[in-house]
Amino acid sequence: MSAPETKPRESTIVREDESALVAAAKSGNIEAFEELVSRYESKIFRLAMNITRNREDAEDAMQDAFLKSYSHLKNFQGDSRFYTWLVRITVNEALMRLRKRRPNQVSLDEPVETGDDLMPREIEDWGPSPEQRYAQRELGTILSEVIEGLEPDYRTVFVLRDIEELSTEETANLLGISVPAVKSRLLRARLKLRDRLNKYFRKGEPN
Amino acid sequence: MNCKGIIRELTDYLDGELPLAIKAELEQHLIGCDDCRIVVDSTRKTIEIFCRCEPVPLPEDVRSRLHSVLRRHLGKATN
Repeated sequence: MSAPETKPRESTIVREDESALVAAAKSGNIEAFEELVSRYESKIFRLAMNITRNREDAEDAMQDAFLKSYSHLKNFQGDSRFYTWLVRITVNEALMRLRKRRPNQVSLDEPVETGDDLMPREIEDWGPSPEQRYAQRELGTILSEVIEGLEPDYRTVFVLRDIEELSTEETANLLGISVPAVKSRLLRARLKLRDRLNKYFRKGEPN
Repeated sequence: MNCKGIIRELTDYLDGELPLAIKAELEQHLIGCDDCRIVVDSTRKTIEIFCRCEPVPLPEDVRSRLHSVLRRHLGKATN
């Protein structure tokens, strides 16, 4: 019988490494904090862009999120990943700018869906790995354009739940809306994105 | 469960949050309904494609401004 696998999973290594960097940054090691910034800057900028859809706002939100995370690092208890904590700070910074720019477009709550008005119109099989029909860069452009077309309420919920993988409850708390409202917006967002991606990914669609 | 019911329960189904009895009912419907099977499958793929897509590296000008702001403020914070 072979020996049991003892090699730690990659995510465990990343987490332990992250904890060591956070501990060093907490004790005043600026290089350790800069390493954390370098590790997450692309993801944090994408998150801020996905919420604000405005490059200037996204850049400001990212800068302030990193600065705030540094100045509040002593309050970080380590009961979640540093990255998750950073995501929460970034979301607040990005939402503040989105609300400022579009005060009437970010609502607090809405009724729960019944499913009546959501029936998809175009129904075509996508095949097993539809995204492989596009180069990484081209795929990135398609996804960016498609998500930009979503209303901010739906886009924000989709980004938090399906890209950042926050829980429904955490998303509800961050946005100040109810759990049913998160689920309702998520359903709409997923169906709208599916609809818009259909023309790129349906089976037999020429590249 | 009918096709409208599938759409109503879609999010909880894809998130693995449906009670077992409703999940079984939904999957029974999917066996006999090609349209709903395709919608469930393509919605699942939509989520996977977005989730798997890596962010592009930060544009160099944005990165340079970020690190310059950080150096200015972090240095002050420790002085």
